[in-house]
Amino acid sequence: MSKSAKQAIGQQILALFRAAGATEVAPDVLLPAEILLDLYGEDIRARAYVTQDPIRGEVMLRPDFTVPVVQMHMENGAEPARYCYLGEVFRKQDHGDTRPEHPRDNEYLQVGFELFAKDTDADAKVFALFHNILAPLNLQATMGDMDLLMDAVRALPLSQARRSALLHHIWRPNRFAWLLARFSAASPARDFPENAAPWTGLRNPQEMQARIDRLQADAAEPPLPPEWAARLERLFAVQAPAPQALAQLQGIATEIPAIAGAVARLDHNLSLLAARGTDIGAIRFDASHGRRTMEYYDGMTFSFTAPGWHDWPPVASGGRYDALAAVLGQGRGRSIPAVGGIIRPGLIHELGGLG
Amino acid sequence: MIRLGVPSKGRLMEQSFDWFAARGVRLSRAGSDREYSGRVEGAEGVSLVLLSAGEIPRELAAGRIQLGVTGTDLVREKLAGWRSDVVELVPMGFGHADLILAVPACWRDCETIDDLAAIARDFRQAHGFRLRIATKYHRLVRAWLSRHEVADYQLVDSQGATEGTVANQTAEAVADITSSGETLRANHLRILDGPPILRSQATLFACRGAMGPEVRAFLCQLGFEPPV
Repeated sequence: MSKSAKQAIGQQILALFRAAGATEVAPDVLLPAEILLDLYGEDIRARAYVTQDPIRGEVMLRPDFTVPVVQMHMENGAEPARYCYLGEVFRKQDHGDTRPEHPRDNEYLQVGFELFAKDTDADAKVFALFHNILAPLNLQATMGDMDLLMDAVRALPLSQARRSALLHHIWRPNRFAWLLARFSAASPARDFPENAAPWTGLRNPQEMQARIDRLQADAAEPPLPPEWAARLERLFAVQAPAPQALAQLQGIATEIPAIAGAVARLDHNLSLLAARGTDIGAIRFDASHGRRTMEYYDGMTFSFTAPGWHDWPPVASGGRYDALAAVLGQGRGRSIPAVGGIIRPGLIHELGGLG
Repeated sequence: MIRLGVPSKGRLMEQSFDWFAARGVRLSRAGSDREYSGRVEGAEGVSLVLLSAGEIPRELAAGRIQLGVTGTDLVREKLAGWRSDVVELVPMGFGHADLILAVPACWRDCETIDDLAAIARDFRQAHGFRLRIATKYHRLVRAWLSRHEVADYQLVDSQGATEGTVANQTAEAVADITSSGETLRANHLRILDGPPILRSQATLFACRGAMGPEVRAFLCQLGFEPPV
């Protein structure tokens, strides 16, 4: 497969991003590993190439562009800002017990666009930009919204501790389901028998006591009434063409009023898209879409997939990541809503190009 | 010629020799016990290669040895996609060891992996970094924690004396191989409840590409039906 042909497609898309007002940036290929490991956790070590620099310590071959672009913006960007980029990312595939016959590329191009702005129309603008660029390929567009799910969890009649545990694990479906089931049943009081073991390690006795106190207080909590787990389940399962999904969500909002704001924003975004001529009936809305993507998306998420290519990753994906931008802006006292996405020119090349 | 790789020292070597002897094949070291070459009596066309147990998976995968004795833990840790490269032939009934996760015994609030997941979250909030688990079994431990959807942790590499890392405050928990659990207890650590990450034992493996008539005949001689 010709790399220069893929580069050419990348350049073609980059030109479209520039025409949409973006400034091109070129982040480093070798990135300090520490910040990426802290943000993404141990899983990234299984996917990214990590190596050692005698002076800089652990470094990583760029596994994605989002973090370096956000860092660059936090250091010297004025707002609102739009950036675009084209370059390689590197991902290793750690297989299970058997190796696939056709391993996926471990080095491929991404061309991306990121928008930093306090603009209520930003989600729709970014989605429309990607939708228009990809229109010739007839891809399946899927949209999700983590805000909906998180607002619903925040509204559960539970203690702060329980709600925050659920929110923390919203991207981990089994742990989330396990917690929800535990909170929905009466919790038997638990014993913490004394033992003779001497204290060892960095975690201190006060930290343990705080957790024991919390678990004991938790045992006194009444179980979550069953209708709440059922409502969440219905909300998380919404999956339909966007207009029908919106109607279903409006119905669910009568039972979970806390999601009304997020539903209204989705309505607003879909209206904007329709007004720009996008066929919103062809967009699939999947409420749980964002739970299956990177943990850093905390608002709208989207992906464009090639129908019939089931073992392919999405041709394009993206979303809103305000919390990640806030974490990276912390030291500088900066926080700015952020939304963006990437396209994989290599996959477009395999589909025959943009025409 | 079949090249048979066997661990080059200690109990594992002796028990491997015993195992083959019980099946009519006498393996021994040539010359002094410091020399890493071996002798085979009772089987035609088989030569003995004495190797570090940790290198046997790699040598099997590369096809430089056709048969090898090593732990299931080492094969699964060291060979990504191990089933594509090697065939697990016969568990040999010795070298039993579990890969386990252990925490300080003084943690009265930590019995299960779910407790550890909750503690890791608190720890990260309190200390500003992820709870550290010391291990040399990075792939196995990471895959297992990922399957159990544990977040908020990091692995730190420890190639030896892993049980000491908690007292030295370079890790909060350890994931290591244990057979009796004595070293863990001596270091005031306790194994989490529930099944271990992996139950391992010494096993006879074959290089997948080498499963020809020669290897099959030798397996029959040892008293085993070779896999199809």
